[in-house]
Amino acid sequence: MTHTGRILTYSLALTALLVVVVVGSAMLGPVRIDPITVSKAVVNHAGLTAFDVSTAHQTIVADIRLPRIVLAAIVGFALAAAGTVMQGFFRNPLADPSIIGVSSGAAAGAVAAIAFPALVPLGGIHLPAFVGALVTAFLVYAIASEGGRTPVATLLLAGVAIQAFLGAMISYMLVHSGENLREAVVWLMGHLHRSNWSDVAFALPVTLVGVIVLGAYTREMNVLLLGEEDAHHLGVDVERTKLLLLTLATIVTAAGVAVAGVIGFVGLVVPHMMRLLVGPDHRILLPTSALAGASFLVVTDTLARAGPAEVPVGIVTAAFGAPFFLYLLKNREVHTL
Amino acid sequence: MTGDEWSIGDRLRIGNDSTAESENRSAADLESPLSQGSPASDETSGRIDVTDLTVSFGDVNVLEDVSFTVNPGEFVGLVGPNGAGKTTLLRSISGALDPSAGTVTVDGVGIDDCSSKASSRLVAVVPQETTLSFSFDVRTVVEMGRHPHRGRFSPPTATDRRAVDRALDRTRTAQFEDRAINEVSGGERQRVVLARAIAQETPILVLDEPTASLDVNHQIETLELVRNLVREGRAVIAAIHDLNLAARYCDRLVMLASGTVQRAGPPADVLSAAALRTAFDVNAAVTENIVTETTTVTALPDQEPKALPDSVHVLGAGTTAAGTLARLDAAGVETSLGPVPSGSAAAETASQLGVDVIATEPFAPLSRGPRDRLDRYLDTQNVMVLADFEVSAGNQVVLDRLLEHDPLVVVESRPLAERNFAGAGARGQYEQLRERSVTVSPDRVLDALDAVSAGESAGPSPETRSDDRAAASESHPYWKDN
Repeated sequence: MTHTGRILTYSLALTALLVVVVVGSAMLGPVRIDPITVSKAVVNHAGLTAFDVSTAHQTIVADIRLPRIVLAAIVGFALAAAGTVMQGFFRNPLADPSIIGVSSGAAAGAVAAIAFPALVPLGGIHLPAFVGALVTAFLVYAIASEGGRTPVATLLLAGVAIQAFLGAMISYMLVHSGENLREAVVWLMGHLHRSNWSDVAFALPVTLVGVIVLGAYTREMNVLLLGEEDAHHLGVDVERTKLLLLTLATIVTAAGVAVAGVIGFVGLVVPHMMRLLVGPDHRILLPTSALAGASFLVVTDTLARAGPAEVPVGIVTAAFGAPFFLYLLKNREVHTL
Repeated sequence: MTGDEWSIGDRLRIGNDSTAESENRSAADLESPLSQGSPASDETSGRIDVTDLTVSFGDVNVLEDVSFTVNPGEFVGLVGPNGAGKTTLLRSISGALDPSAGTVTVDGVGIDDCSSKASSRLVAVVPQETTLSFSFDVRTVVEMGRHPHRGRFSPPTATDRRAVDRALDRTRTAQFEDRAINEVSGGERQRVVLARAIAQETPILVLDEPTASLDVNHQIETLELVRNLVREGRAVIAAIHDLNLAARYCDRLVMLASGTVQRAGPPADVLSAAALRTAFDVNAAVTENIVTETTTVTALPDQEPKALPDSVHVLGAGTTAAGTLARLDAAGVETSLGPVPSGSAAAETASQLGVDVIATEPFAPLSRGPRDRLDRYLDTQNVMVLADFEVSAGNQVVLDRLLEHDPLVVVESRPLAERNFAGAGARGQYEQLRERSVTVSPDRVLDALDAVSAGESAGPSPETRSDDRAAASESHPYWKDN
């Protein structure tokens, strides 16, 4: 099989899996709906045709379940793609999208907006979270840069320090958040509860554009794995490429975190799973990880809402993701990139 | 380079097998008339000019006012002790480091003015160490060498594929192109990285210790390949820590020591015992290798300060005598040799070392002239060293002369029976000499001279010679061991 053929085959298979998972997820809930009806309702919502579906079912699928499922898919797609880039970028199997403080920044912005709505001028939670994430990432980048170079190790350490600082800020705000504490904590745990189509409208364009542009840099990501000096000798403008990858990964992560809160483990586990399956080549790893991440989050969010009592999806991803990751670690040798 | 060496390369199938080469090229031309087979046909010729280069890390000047040139079709070796600045120099040439002062230009263009893309089309680098801890297959790693030539969205062209195939073929890595890079051996990995650099098809190749982690067969194989790349018109500069390999394969050497160019020129000029002492602080014998006929450096253990005689005369024609000459020369003792047949191992070594030789015609009995010259040495020279002397009817007369001379050191690596062609009489004479001398193995010749000199200054009479060892044991630990 040619290289391109391999990418297409895997991508199509994972897209098919995503469709199945989405339909399956839309069937489940307090009211069980058969897959044919679900499919019809989805097509109806897209405005392509007008199948005969009962209004109740149409509303449940298109207005209640589908926005949440689509948002889960987008966020999973974004986090897994960003995780793939970060692991390659840092040449560190532990890296995930939050490593340079993106998630903490988003959390700080969101908690500030929830706890002290009067003090945060941006309105809502999405924008404060998104801005908080971007500002933090660039602060970390600026701190780590010296003389036109940004050593990856410095970036990592600066990220850890800023995360610790923001953690303190968040705790302080939580202590003083009064009756908004519960909402803030739920947001921090990562949730897709009460998602609507406007969340989708916020996250979808940013994620799609970001991941597509990242896709154009997969060859550079491969070469960067050889180390920065080798990459330079192979014609990669290292500092420019690093800045670009970091910016895109940050924006994509920020978009996901802003709408769904801090959902851990997707960006860490999914790229490792896909690396076992397709190898380390980013040309195939990035699209397949993103698609697999979408399915992964749809499945975990279905579990989160389908149980006897709804739990934040971040709890499910960590509760299932961590043991699965440990299993991989023990059995399949996930200790390298 | 001798014909013999190239045939080694051919046997290993890495030699620039001219027929296969031309077939490759003509096939390539048929497929795509626009394609250029090798970088030699590119317009860039690839001349490196390093001018007054200074590189500092903080306040420390790692390189200071380094200047030299590498021409297309030339293989320049960078030698020097650890920390001399070899890697720093190579990194400056590849544009990975910005110089503090001075310039590095390729065909007149400053390398630090180039974009990484432009410089990666001029200079390919094989670094000393590469992080390849992930499971890319070998072919993918070599394909990365084509990165400088490819547009962002363009798929690999036929030219790209051909360059990769050729590089895999020439480095003999094609046989494991599907294996993961982190699962091949260190030597194989080194060849993969070289293949990547070849696939880059640049006029200049920079190699940092390309043979450091390789077995002896792969060392030769790699350097033969590099030699072929040079013959195609590439300019190659390589840091090579093995001085003998450097001397054997490089057209010129640049010897760095503490950040400056100590010496530069043909290997035989650069690698002198004096230069090696200055740069490496090593006691080395520099001779010519019998097989490759290139300069060979043999580092010798540092000698404790010894009371060595100023001048020594060596007798013996074989390799033991040659080695003894080299050891004495490296220790700074003025030496003379002979009579020996011209063309013998000792005579060859003596001529390389610039030692005065009493040469005789091979197989001829010792004539009057050489005998007189030996007599003069016997009168003037302090110590005589008999180094695995082969006794024949023609030179037995030398033993007669020596019977009257003191002091004497006998160096032996073979028993007399194997080198006595003059019968029992000669044997008796030799045994008599041996009785009166200090007898040692070749590597102990300096100790013996030390002991002899110490004995001299203590002034023992010739009659007490048999007690010499006991006397010497008080002055030198070596003799206590025996």
